[in-house]
Amino acid sequence: MPQDPIIRVRGLVTRFGTHTVHDGLDLDVMRGEIIGVVGGSGTGKSVLLQSIVGLLKPASGQITVFGQSVRDTSDHDYRELRKRWGVMFQDGALFSSLNVQQNVEAPMREQLDLRAETRTALARIKIRMVGLHEDAFDKLPAELSGGMRKRAGFARAIALDPEIVFLDEPTAGLDPIGAAAFDKLIAQLRATLGLTVFLVTHDLDSLHAICDRIAVIAEKRVIATGTMAEMQEVDHPWVAAYFKGPRARAALAQKDIA
Amino acid sequence: MTIDAGTVTLRGDLVISTIESLSWAAAAQSGATTINLDAVGRFDTAGAWAVVELDRALSPQGRKATLAGATDLQAELLATIRDNMPDDGAPAAPRRTIAELLDTFGRRTAHSFGQAIAITGFLGQVVSTIAYLALHPRQVRWTAMFYHMQQVGLSAVPIVSLMAFLIGVVLAFQGAAQLRQFGAEVFVVDLIAISILRELGILLTAIIVAGRSGSAFTAAIGSMKMREEIDAMRTLGLDPVTILVVPRTLALIFMLPVLGVIANAAGLFGGALMSWIELGVSPGVFQIRFATNTDVWHFGVGMIKAPFFALIIGIIGCYQGMQVEGNAESLGRLTSLSVVLSIFLVITADALFSIFFAIVGV
Repeated sequence: MPQDPIIRVRGLVTRFGTHTVHDGLDLDVMRGEIIGVVGGSGTGKSVLLQSIVGLLKPASGQITVFGQSVRDTSDHDYRELRKRWGVMFQDGALFSSLNVQQNVEAPMREQLDLRAETRTALARIKIRMVGLHEDAFDKLPAELSGGMRKRAGFARAIALDPEIVFLDEPTAGLDPIGAAAFDKLIAQLRATLGLTVFLVTHDLDSLHAICDRIAVIAEKRVIATGTMAEMQEVDHPWVAAYFKGPRARAALAQKDIA
Repeated sequence: MTIDAGTVTLRGDLVISTIESLSWAAAAQSGATTINLDAVGRFDTAGAWAVVELDRALSPQGRKATLAGATDLQAELLATIRDNMPDDGAPAAPRRTIAELLDTFGRRTAHSFGQAIAITGFLGQVVSTIAYLALHPRQVRWTAMFYHMQQVGLSAVPIVSLMAFLIGVVLAFQGAAQLRQFGAEVFVVDLIAISILRELGILLTAIIVAGRSGSAFTAAIGSMKMREEIDAMRTLGLDPVTILVVPRTLALIFMLPVLGVIANAAGLFGGALMSWIELGVSPGVFQIRFATNTDVWHFGVGMIKAPFFALIIGIIGCYQGMQVEGNAESLGRLTSLSVVLSIFLVITADALFSIFFAIVGV
């Protein structure tokens, strides 16, 4: 179906000092899709994510989300824009002095004027939705395992029912069963909440299991986008090594069995 | 929302920003048995939660309300929410009774004593490590120690000398007002010399250093603890006391007397300057009176205290750093505790020294 991209990046240039991370990067993300962004370490996947959500000011280029420029916007518009997306950082980035429930309530407290009981009920539903047990409500982040922190971070990212969620390596550091469960969770919430998911990942299983499209970052730009099958056809040494290596074959084989 | 012939019809957007305006009381009283979602616009988890709550309100005795007009997506979302509804009403925090307050008080008191014992234990550990290192000087982290000497010593010189200079000025100024009444202006020299050399020079230097370096020790070691660097050291067979605590503590023990001497000089300079301006006591007179009338033991008393103050600041700063747990709040709490506790203990030690020197008569 023809549709406008929900995120549109054009000619993005990012520099740290003399080091150029992105040089003329283009990317479109469609509404309702799960897009997986892959690339070698240090190719600027997380930097791209940070640029899109406005944490980093790129040197030049256009980034529009919901048709609105992220860079050249008033504080007020940016605040409105921010309500419509949720970000989950690597390792959750939970506020360490708040418990899980307070962490999930934090965006509601800041952005909306809700009654305390409503907020509590909604936060608890979100925490249960990401598969955490009720025991976790009043635990501090330091008392949680890595996987639980990621889940709590995801609960905070979806606290305001955003239209887009940005996930930075959600399955890194999880055991295969936990990672598969997290993939399933993302797919399920996408289906029920109609999310658009921007997924930065290294995890080939995630790419196979849930991503509609894959964007490969190399040589400071997006060199290929397409489905998993299309990735097999791309004639680029890094892409070939990534998608045809032993781990990729294993992931493919697993999918065939399943 | 309209209620009509046993059907509750919801209209418009049911999203997180609109659900607060809805109330289910009327719907519950009407005894409606069907919920119609035909006319609902946008629908999110908060809206789904509101519908589930309405459903509950309509079905008090396990009677199930009927849902009509929900799209597949909405139905799926409702099912997800229903599955994830937390159990009703977390128990409210019970009121605290007097017995509980007493219990808390007792626990805190016991905890304080436990802390005192633990700090003493830590002191013993550090002193024995220093003794061991004295016999094995190759294992001392010299680079770290000199780095910390620069940090706690050299970098503190400007602030310490400014502080002592101002204290000298204040003493001369305040002393002058009183002594002039008796025509005893020249005694201002004794006033400044004794109070600065014996007490104020070293005490105020120790307080500044506690605020400056004690807090830095706690914060640095605490953030290493948070990032599991201390655990990493232990697994590599490295002793955190040797690597982190001893260089910092020794640096303080070496540098605090030096800072004390600098503070004394700056304080005397400030005092002499103010005496000259305010009382007309010329630098020459000040110098002669200072040299003849001030016992060298006044200086000695101040200097003897310096290493002890340094040990207190170093031990408390490092100990509190080691107590930091996994969250940022504990780091902040312990950093401030470290400063308060080390200043308190420095002043307590100073009082004990005063009694001791009064008894031995210097």
